[in-house]
Amino acid sequence: MSVIKTEHLTHTYSQGTSYEKAAVSDVSLEIGRGEMIGVIGHTGSGKSTLIQHFNGLLRPTQGKIYVDGEDIWEKPKEIRRIRFKVGLVFQYPEYQLFEDTVYKDIAFGPRNMGLSEEEIDQRVREAALFVGLKPHQMEKSPFELSGGQKRRVAIAGVIAMNPEVLILDEPTAGLDPKGRDRILGQILAYHKEQKNTILLVSHSMEDVAKYTEKVLVMNHSRVAMFDQVEKVFSRSREIEAMGLAVPQVSRVFLSLSEKGWPVPSNIYTVEQAKNALEQVLSGGGGVHA
Amino acid sequence: MLKDITIGQYFPGRSVLHRLDPRMKILLTIGYIVMLFTVSNPLGLCVGIVFLIFSYAISGIPPRMITKSLKPVIPIIIFTTVLNMFFVQGDPLFDWWIFHISRQGLLTAVVMTIRIVCLIAGTSLLTYTTSPITLTDGLERLMKPLKRVRFPVHELSMMMTIALRFIPTLIEETDKIMSAQKARGADLESGGIMQRARALVPILIPLFVSAFRRADELALAMECRCYRGDVGRTRMKQLHYSWQDGVAAAVTAACIGAVIAVNLFAPVIF
Repeated sequence: MSVIKTEHLTHTYSQGTSYEKAAVSDVSLEIGRGEMIGVIGHTGSGKSTLIQHFNGLLRPTQGKIYVDGEDIWEKPKEIRRIRFKVGLVFQYPEYQLFEDTVYKDIAFGPRNMGLSEEEIDQRVREAALFVGLKPHQMEKSPFELSGGQKRRVAIAGVIAMNPEVLILDEPTAGLDPKGRDRILGQILAYHKEQKNTILLVSHSMEDVAKYTEKVLVMNHSRVAMFDQVEKVFSRSREIEAMGLAVPQVSRVFLSLSEKGWPVPSNIYTVEQAKNALEQVLSGGGGVHA
Repeated sequence: MLKDITIGQYFPGRSVLHRLDPRMKILLTIGYIVMLFTVSNPLGLCVGIVFLIFSYAISGIPPRMITKSLKPVIPIIIFTTVLNMFFVQGDPLFDWWIFHISRQGLLTAVVMTIRIVCLIAGTSLLTYTTSPITLTDGLERLMKPLKRVRFPVHELSMMMTIALRFIPTLIEETDKIMSAQKARGADLESGGIMQRARALVPILIPLFVSAFRRADELALAMECRCYRGDVGRTRMKQLHYSWQDGVAAAVTAACIGAVIAVNLFAPVIF
């Protein structure tokens, strides 16, 4: 069963005024349990608006959203329950930190859930471990930490709620490559251990190719593609036509195969590229990775 | 939600009123206020009303904006009307228990109401036709003489400009932080006053932190561009009076003159 399902979901900002603008139009999709999905699309394509519907922060102007098979806007008063099921980490989440210690800030979500103190304590420690925060940092003020550490505290704050679905909106924006790999690695490890559903909004095709299984491509407020990574990246030319970049290695292989070289055109990671090249060089040309 | 609040009610346009020099517009608005309060005769009040209607007509601002600008002052209007109606002594018109309405009271109430309505509608026209930045520019120039007495005119107008510039940014920021905390299960909608006040902490602290951070960044950016206050600073947009400003001044002066003339030659009624 799908964990999130939308039916003709449409969101129009400032409806009825001259500023009216459809940010998301007619999106019907199903997200399966335990999937790790990359969400791409350029600025203004509607991806941020779409993900804010999944946990009920925005109410669709038309259409329906189901979480765990239940229409989340059936009982608007209980919308908070949905937010505990679907955790959302915003862009630059470090700007939402407010408590005087890291521990208390991570505990904010679980405390809002009304859990017992022992349960809160356990979840906070688990979440801190997942994002690689050291025990001695827990009693520090979050404002003393570095940018990357703050970001991890904020992510831990959502992970501590133990959501069935975790949505991260550009969790690596503004981080250096090392910090980026570290956070994404931790998210992947968390996904493998918890087997929960993760949606990763990203601008980096390399990251999406490397860490996710399926890709959702948004373009002009609609879903342009939603498929397995290799299928999506085999349509590299279409993605480029939307003004999005495909991974560099995909571009290289696409050009090679267009020039008549016997290489597969649906390569999207360096690892695959290496295998494909080895195969070609050892004489097995044309075999798909 | 928060974005729907209209701040700085500027209505972009190309009318004569839009193009007038902001300094002149501020002066004319003050002139209009003076005119409204020197009126002591219904005929004079009519001059004020006609002047206002004429100004709105040439500004191209939709008339419904008048009612919109009046909405926040309705309580004040009701308050002054009631006070004037019941407490001005004079020939009794209506007597019941402790309530006495006099002819003079009723007249004063009506006149005061019209005055307040004209006052608000007239001053709103200034903000409708002048962008906030132009307005502070005009204010700075008008207050320049105060610099002689060491009044920090430039600093004040810079503060106003920056504040105006950052209102939309801060609203957007508040919106974002609210969403982020709601995503963590913050409950902003239910509970008593104390609970609601406490629920604001997770929003206000990040907001203050980011406002201070922005202020720091802005200060640095201004310094990098060699900002050092008023001294030796020139302007990209120079303000110039044009013949239209002269006409506007003449029309307003004529109206004020008419009001004074009416006051002198017609019976003073209130």
